[in-house]
Amino acid sequence: MSFIELENLSHIYHKGQENEFPALRHVNLSIEEGEFVAILGANGSGKSTLAKHLNALLLPTEGHCRVAGMDTRETDAVWEIRQQVGMVFQNPDNQIIAAIVEDDIAFGPENLGVPPEEIRRRVSEALKTVHMRKYRTFAPHLLSGGQKQRIAIAGALAMETKCLVLDEPTAMLDPQGRSEVLGTVKRLHEEKGITVVYITHFMEEAIAADRIVVMEKGNVVMEGVPKEIFGTPEKLKQWNLDVPLAADISEKLRRKGWKIPKGIYESEKLIEVLVKMAAGRKSVVGE
Amino acid sequence: MLSDITIGQYFPGGSLLHRMDPRVKIVLLFFFLIGIFFFDTVGAYIVFSLLTGGLFYFSGIPMRMMTKSLRPLLWIILFTFAIHLFSTPGEDIARIWMFHVTWEGLGKGIFISLRLVLLILLSSLLTFTTSPLKLTDALERLLSPLKRVGVPAHELAMMMTIALRFIPTLIEETDKIMKAQQSRGSDFTTGNLMQRAKQIVPVLVPLFISAFRRADELAMAMEARCYHGGEGRTQMKVLRVSSIDYVACGASVLLCGMLALLKWNNL
Amino acid sequence: MSIEIKNVTYTYMPKTPFERTALKDVDLVIEEGSFTAIAGHTGSGKSTLVQHLNGLLEPTSGQVLVDGVDLNGKGSKSEKLAARDARRKVGMVFQYAEHQLFEETIFADIAFAPRNLGLGEEDVEARVKEAMSLVGLGYEEFKDKSPFQLSGGQMRRVAIAGILAMQPKYLVLDEPTAGLDAAGKNKLIQEILQLHEKKHITMIFVSHNMDDIACLADKVLFMNQGRVLLYDTPARAFQAKDTLQEAGLCPPQIMSFLEDLRDAGIPVDTNALTVEEGIANIMKAVKGKNG
Repeated sequence: MSFIELENLSHIYHKGQENEFPALRHVNLSIEEGEFVAILGANGSGKSTLAKHLNALLLPTEGHCRVAGMDTRETDAVWEIRQQVGMVFQNPDNQIIAAIVEDDIAFGPENLGVPPEEIRRRVSEALKTVHMRKYRTFAPHLLSGGQKQRIAIAGALAMETKCLVLDEPTAMLDPQGRSEVLGTVKRLHEEKGITVVYITHFMEEAIAADRIVVMEKGNVVMEGVPKEIFGTPEKLKQWNLDVPLAADISEKLRRKGWKIPKGIYESEKLIEVLVKMAAGRKSVVGE
Repeated sequence: MLSDITIGQYFPGGSLLHRMDPRVKIVLLFFFLIGIFFFDTVGAYIVFSLLTGGLFYFSGIPMRMMTKSLRPLLWIILFTFAIHLFSTPGEDIARIWMFHVTWEGLGKGIFISLRLVLLILLSSLLTFTTSPLKLTDALERLLSPLKRVGVPAHELAMMMTIALRFIPTLIEETDKIMKAQQSRGSDFTTGNLMQRAKQIVPVLVPLFISAFRRADELAMAMEARCYHGGEGRTQMKVLRVSSIDYVACGASVLLCGMLALLKWNNL
Repeated sequence: MSIEIKNVTYTYMPKTPFERTALKDVDLVIEEGSFTAIAGHTGSGKSTLVQHLNGLLEPTSGQVLVDGVDLNGKGSKSEKLAARDARRKVGMVFQYAEHQLFEETIFADIAFAPRNLGLGEEDVEARVKEAMSLVGLGYEEFKDKSPFQLSGGQMRRVAIAGILAMQPKYLVLDEPTAGLDAAGKNKLIQEILQLHEKKHITMIFVSHNMDDIACLADKVLFMNQGRVLLYDTPARAFQAKDTLQEAGLCPPQIMSFLEDLRDAGIPVDTNALTVEEGIANIMKAVKGKNG
């Protein structure tokens, strides 16, 4: 059994009302423990709605969402699910609750009824993990966007969460903040084996994932390893998504009749191919 | 500029007063406030004045902060003084039109003004030496016995925490919206009262929309972190009554005992 | 005609413990008709700088002149009026501009600025119509809708139209595409380009995205710690590797790619601002070697 299982999951906002809006349509998806999955999709594709199902902030209109075997509809399991699946949202300002960094990180464990000494240990540990120990007693509004998001991540870690769901955590950050957040997430995945569900519309970030799920209009339209997803740039464009530079260049060169193999999306790979071509070797794999 | 406003009047430091348990500070403050009303003799007020001055000195709060905390209430103090000065019957010092200034009035005026000054200074001593967060925490603990009679102590404290967290954010936001509307030709500085009131709408509407959106997202973030009210909740920072607090309590009781003795001996 | 920033220094909260110099001796000229991009990481002073361009902030020392008029002229009444008119020549689109919308209908919101200018209803309507068409919103279809029913990208368009209705000669755009997805972003960039080319609005474009800057701008300004590090054409600016690094910025992706390719031993011309130029350079270098 997978860690997270979505079975025929549909979500309709304002069901039965005039402004009824289906945000998710019969989604089937499973996420294994220890996986790093990126979810890509244009605005309004349903990716945020999907994220909110993963820790029972939203409940399916139809179908099921199971986390570690627990159905999110079972009201007894809700707190257990939320402890296992931590969330990081888009707006760094609107998810920090306390007026001091360490108090904010303590918020989750306090809600779980963890003893004070143990909370202290977890807060220090979490701050260390996200490299924010220096800022323990800072007021959140004095931190940069990237730092605030790292505090939000630490807040989830202090709950000893197994899985992090990040809903466009970098959409409001500058490039430096973006790389701070992505770097932290990657490290947590690699060093602590934390399961990551990373929602984004930045391609450079999706490349870091083991598996990519593409959503459009409430449907999962494609899923696979990055090579498969970025191997078809035409389709990405059709779903209103950007294409990684190397995939874009490859595609454009192919259209000019160059024999660039399909499925290249990393700059290093494309450079390798171009170097071989320049050397005149015919060992380049054809299409 | 709006960002000039600082929140609360906490003045960080490491004095004994800073290190005291905030609950003890609140209780002692009430103790002294009642004392000031109860022991209304000249001798007692000299003792209270010396005490307040001494506490300020030892807390390391600059004297200018002392005057700063009195300034907003200066007019009320002067008004009270004037009322007593003119309306107390007794031996005349001077006559101004229909008002009599009396020796008794002068004495009472000084006495009542001093009482106000002491009340303000002692209260601000609490807010100067205690961070708003600690105050919130202390109030929650002190009010928690009242939970049984329906006082939502935890909820009140949570509301205060969130307010403290979001006030700087909302001030920044107001500044930004004002600038955006100024860029569309809004003018907040000229025009009559009616015109100016009208200029506030383009600032308030976006501010409210944004505050509601923030509240919505915050509620969701809190829920995602297993928030379900105060029940079964623990706290990382446990307030501990230390030896300083016992000494302070002991000294206060001793002081009041002495004042009581003075009062009963009519000194 | 131009915006002249003359030796401007700006200090936040002077004479308090929070005193901080946000701009230091900034001296530059933004020519009419140019497309100037401003880059620098958060806290570099770029937001402070642009807020001087329409008088939202007043320099602690120095002067800002728009078409020769001091924006903070305080002398005679005519000088003050001239300053006000000069400020109105510079439109300012803030980051997440949709957060300033407040009226019940899109028409009323866009009409806010022209009404503040004291125009008659007929002129107001004409301006709203024009502004809406400039950002690609159909007048009849949208004018009576609430701005809050729209998608994020559409709301931002309404907000930009609200500024365009002032008919600014200079337009400051602070991160106009932040938070939009690829489709929304590309569309908005195209519209900005159109405004520049067809309406001849001088653009001052603040962005973190070097790819956009390389494609759009004809002048680039790098800021760091309240100072101007560099003010030059994109081609030359992005070649100044040390300056880029000092400002904490990266060159456009295509340039980095070409540099990596060159370092791998292919003598490719790394001077390219768009992907198309880059591909042409690659084809020349790789084919050239093939004979």
